[in-house]
Amino acid sequence: MSKIKVEMTINGDKIEGSVEPRTLLIHFLREDLNLTGPHIGCDTSHCGACTIDLNGKSIKSCTVFAVQANGAEITTIESIAGADGTLHALQESFREHHGLQCGFCTPGMITRAHRLLQDNPNPTDSEIRYGISGNLCRCTGYQNIVKAIRVAAEQLNPAQEAAE
Amino acid sequence: MIPGSFDYHRPDSIEAAIGLLASLGDEARVVAGGHSLIPMMKLRMATPEHLVDLQDITSLRGITINGAEISIGAMTTQAELIASDQLAAVCPILGLAAAQIADPQVRNMGTIGGNIANGDPGNDMPALMQALDAVYILQGPEGRRDVAARDFYEAAYFTALEEGEILTAARFSAPPSGHGHAYEKQKRKIGDYATAAAAVVLTVENNSCQTAAIALTNVGDTPLYAEEASQILRGSNLDKKTITAAANAAKAITDPAEDGRGPANFRTHIAGIMVMRAIEKAIERAK
Repeated sequence: MSKIKVEMTINGDKIEGSVEPRTLLIHFLREDLNLTGPHIGCDTSHCGACTIDLNGKSIKSCTVFAVQANGAEITTIESIAGADGTLHALQESFREHHGLQCGFCTPGMITRAHRLLQDNPNPTDSEIRYGISGNLCRCTGYQNIVKAIRVAAEQLNPAQEAAE
Repeated sequence: MIPGSFDYHRPDSIEAAIGLLASLGDEARVVAGGHSLIPMMKLRMATPEHLVDLQDITSLRGITINGAEISIGAMTTQAELIASDQLAAVCPILGLAAAQIADPQVRNMGTIGGNIANGDPGNDMPALMQALDAVYILQGPEGRRDVAARDFYEAAYFTALEEGEILTAARFSAPPSGHGHAYEKQKRKIGDYATAAAAVVLTVENNSCQTAAIALTNVGDTPLYAEEASQILRGSNLDKKTITAAANAAKAITDPAEDGRGPANFRTHIAGIMVMRAIEKAIERAK
């Protein structure tokens, strides 16, 4: 089967690639573009370790073909920290509040939380839990993840208000 | 897991998609959100030689409400059903049920068309469509035909959809203003299919049930429209005895598989509980 040319905007950069139709988006990101932040966990669209933003929506990149994302705008965990390496408030908060143990789910978890806070800047704890229900963590029991997201939201809100 | 090889097509009109299916034959499959098909392809339980991606066909997207008539394009995502205030105003059960499907990421990709056309008895939207007495619009090389949701499902993964046809929309009349509704779903965890689930839509006037429709998810080879159970509610005063009788009538038509969700008789029992809870919640919501 012949390869297909694809173009996407990933983390603000226009990229071009050539993929077999069966290439999953997660493999294109990790293997062709060396964006290894999004992880392959369950590979069955359950765990959410491969979560990225596709056209402003959280999706699981293990269950999308790269060709389906031709022309799309993508954000991965790699672009969430500042260009100089300064951690985003969410990342800082996960570190401060022990929102991770082994860290495997963390890129997907933070990428999902990042989108959640854009859609709902001031979520309740139950909205946070519902919002991250597509991301599994087998270490923390979620308590500290929810706390980390809540604290990050509290920090981001005054910053947003000041900017307005 | 790497799917088998295939050729990829992304037509920009329904005519082009139908033309592709006609020329590519039975080795072609359409893909909507892909969240049923792609996992099956990764397991190599589905090995289509051609995928026809419908994402660029804008006429398949969106919710159109014209008076009481509602049309939902096949490519409308579950997340869009949840987010639609217009839909929530006239037929809130759809958004509330969509919020019980899978998880946020999956709902951003998964579409109503895929959910109802796939014929998976675990999918939630088919029972809702049966409770709402929806009609599916099918388009194919011979033109358009309409099939009622209550007649569409033949067996697990077997539907009235003929080779070369595409389900383009679901249409139904909004239940009367003030109707009661509920979709009660028991599942083991987020992302799981229902152990059993029940959709109920009813109207009540002077403590008397005027209209009622009950349908069940994942307790048979197909979604099940429970006509006898619905009939028991109509004209009744919806007391506890009537609700129990309706639940028993609904249980009588179930034939669930024994699987990780439990033995068959357990799932039938849960179906009865879901029916009772859905009726009670629908009564509370009815005005």
